[in-house]
Amino acid sequence: MSSAAVDYTQEAPVVEGQPAASAIEAVIAAPLDEFPSRTWWIAFAVTSTMLGVGAFCILVTVGWGLGVWGINQPVAWGFDIVNFVFWVGIGHAGTLISAILFLLRQRWRTGIARFAEAMTIFAVMCAGLFPLLHTGRPWLPLYLTPYLSQHGIWVNFTSPLLWDVFAVSTYLTVSAVFWYLGLIPDLATLRDRTQSTTKKTVYSVLSLGWRHSNRHWQHFERAYLILAGFATPLVLSVHTIVSFDFAVSVIPGWHTTIFPPYFVAGAVFSGFAMVQNVLIFVRQAFKLKHIITLDHLEKMNKVMILTGSMVGYAYAMEFFIAWYSGNQFETFVFLNRALGPYAWAYWIMVTCNVIFPQLFWFRRVRRSIPLMFAIGVFVNVGMWFERFVIVVTSLHRDFLPSSWGYYVPSLYDVGILIGSFGLFFTLILVFVRVLPVVSISEVKAVLPGGQPSRH
Amino acid sequence: MKRQDTPYGITALFESPDQIIHAAEEVVRKGFTRFDVNTPYPVHGMDGAMKLKPSRVGFFALAFGLLGAISSVGFMTWVTLVDYPLVIGGKPCWSWPAFVPVAFEITVLLASVLSVLSMIVVYFKFPNVSHPLHDTDYMKRVSSDRFGICIQADDPHFDEAQVRQLLKGVGGEEIRPVFFEEEEPAGAPKLFDPRFLGVLLLTAVATAGITYFSFNVVLYWEPFSWMSEQARLNAQEPSSLFPNGVGMRPPVKGTVARGFVPYAFAGRPEDAGKYLRNPLLPTEDVVQRGRKRYLTFCSPCHGNFGQGNSRLQGQFPNPPTLHSDKVRDWPDGNVYHVITEGQNVMPGYGSQISREDRWAIIHYIRVLQRAHNAKESDLK
Repeated sequence: MSSAAVDYTQEAPVVEGQPAASAIEAVIAAPLDEFPSRTWWIAFAVTSTMLGVGAFCILVTVGWGLGVWGINQPVAWGFDIVNFVFWVGIGHAGTLISAILFLLRQRWRTGIARFAEAMTIFAVMCAGLFPLLHTGRPWLPLYLTPYLSQHGIWVNFTSPLLWDVFAVSTYLTVSAVFWYLGLIPDLATLRDRTQSTTKKTVYSVLSLGWRHSNRHWQHFERAYLILAGFATPLVLSVHTIVSFDFAVSVIPGWHTTIFPPYFVAGAVFSGFAMVQNVLIFVRQAFKLKHIITLDHLEKMNKVMILTGSMVGYAYAMEFFIAWYSGNQFETFVFLNRALGPYAWAYWIMVTCNVIFPQLFWFRRVRRSIPLMFAIGVFVNVGMWFERFVIVVTSLHRDFLPSSWGYYVPSLYDVGILIGSFGLFFTLILVFVRVLPVVSISEVKAVLPGGQPSRH
Repeated sequence: MKRQDTPYGITALFESPDQIIHAAEEVVRKGFTRFDVNTPYPVHGMDGAMKLKPSRVGFFALAFGLLGAISSVGFMTWVTLVDYPLVIGGKPCWSWPAFVPVAFEITVLLASVLSVLSMIVVYFKFPNVSHPLHDTDYMKRVSSDRFGICIQADDPHFDEAQVRQLLKGVGGEEIRPVFFEEEEPAGAPKLFDPRFLGVLLLTAVATAGITYFSFNVVLYWEPFSWMSEQARLNAQEPSSLFPNGVGMRPPVKGTVARGFVPYAFAGRPEDAGKYLRNPLLPTEDVVQRGRKRYLTFCSPCHGNFGQGNSRLQGQFPNPPTLHSDKVRDWPDGNVYHVITEGQNVMPGYGSQISREDRWAIIHYIRVLQRAHNAKESDLK
């Protein structure tokens, strides 16, 4: 499709061409019945090697202690917290697509919602790894919960770190329930089309006995709407609470009220970049170009201009407030960000997050697969550096010049970051082989002629 | 599996969503109530065509959401106000704005997870993988790209010939009966089935075993034991580092512990009685404090009420009563001297009871003495 031919006054069809309902499920279910291709095995080998590197670094960290990491005073929060915030943010796009776009009746979400939700779950799993390791004793997470004990003491309900535990675990649980609820009808369809007895047993158990009954669809749709209604404030609350980890403290550079909206916008920004990047491969590899269309990718790029501009506005506003507040510590922190020892990180962040996404104002860029892929990668690099800038530059020069320092991550820090990417992509590779990557029932419902003509 | 003779119902397949809506409307018009429409995705307008009542799942969500909100706020209130009040950052114990995030998360968690669960259990009656429609050609088609209606045989208007004619009239194809499968010989599951009890027992034993193993064995393995086994000396441990081989470092000779000022009248009880005055006023707080200390340190020998009748009677020279004329007439200073330095078999408590507490105990002893010899006027 040439870019000049796009007519924005007409709503683009959600599914291109006129595929029959049975063709939809055939193409979506095809990867589940085929032996993985050579490309898949190569990709799997790469990601599981990355996972192995991460596992080794985690073993060393647990065996030796946090001393193998680069963190020390004054920068006691390093890669671990940077990666945690980064991964939680990646997850937010999934919930945004599945819940907020659902409430806004954006029908184009049907092709990408399932995949984005799966990414949410995997990203939150990667995120959870880091605070757990940062505790130094990852086998004692029980202490994070209000549990009954002889000590008689409870957790501190007024601490943002505790709110984080509740927010992230609720987010993971609700996302998983949302995802599974949407999967039930598809699992039933798979159950009815598979030829293998083993698969049939597994799908029967997982689909709980779904019969596509309209007496059930009625409740199902209502429950889906309610879950979307809950997931929407939930996703906003999760990154708000993550930002409270910083904003509730009194460190200059962290103690700002702009953090919650700024973090949420940044999370959606990086999440969309990641979804877009991965979907480009998925639609290519599984011949889903008519279901995950170029129009969908373009709409995601538009969301990225919006959120990228919000993030850019927040960067500017932080500087403005640092000057306008007249607080010299605040002013120093921000000048130090832009001109100090970590200026390189700051300018990587600004270039990747503020400048590159603005190229999406051009239709040609928005609809070019290689360009949008490159910009998506830049956005994720930039958003990772944003968290690095926030965490590290605010800490490395605090009130006392005698305790200033410079944080350098160790190889183990880098190894665990690589490992988290390995975990994420390995889970995705397994997911695309065992479950339908696109919601079969939702796509059938938006096919041309899929609904009664009177309605 | 053998099938039963009675059909579960009659099914028909349709090509398009328009047809299925029309068919559902016709079936309802004929007065059928026990029928179902199976479609691969929710068809708009089907609720109206089937005359279904609006879904009540929202009420579950409301109820569970309220439960989450009330229980989480209630729990945090109980923890911070009743069970373990703890001042954090100089703020009030019940800092409600700080409870908002946790209360919100628990509300969302319970409302979404439990309402989905109750929908699955209450409305869908799932899990149920042995419905008559399962594994039929009909199910395979409606799972994919056809729209189907199933009119059940237990409907009061059910008559096989008429139903077939009706479905054919509205454009149905492949009109077929669906049969129940013959019930399995085992029948309904029984609560006291020995196999079931056996599984329960095995589960209990396995859970108990794993729990015991994890908490009493695994937690003492490395690295889980590192928190308790550290490179440091515990109290009473020997050490080759110090010449006397003792790990503990006693304080330098003459060290004065906090709050323990050396006693000025050592060995001079008369002077103590003459010059020492009780610095505390016998307020209720002081007396209560004295009572607590008395019950801790004095009552084991002198008895809970100072009558010298504790359970140690007969094992030592009997501890004297505190209600003798001698003790009652003693000035506070003499009592203080005895508590501090001891007397006869009684050891000194100067190193165990702080000065203020000793004076508080004396006030309490005076209260006991007065209660034991109450005057007429005290009783009024």
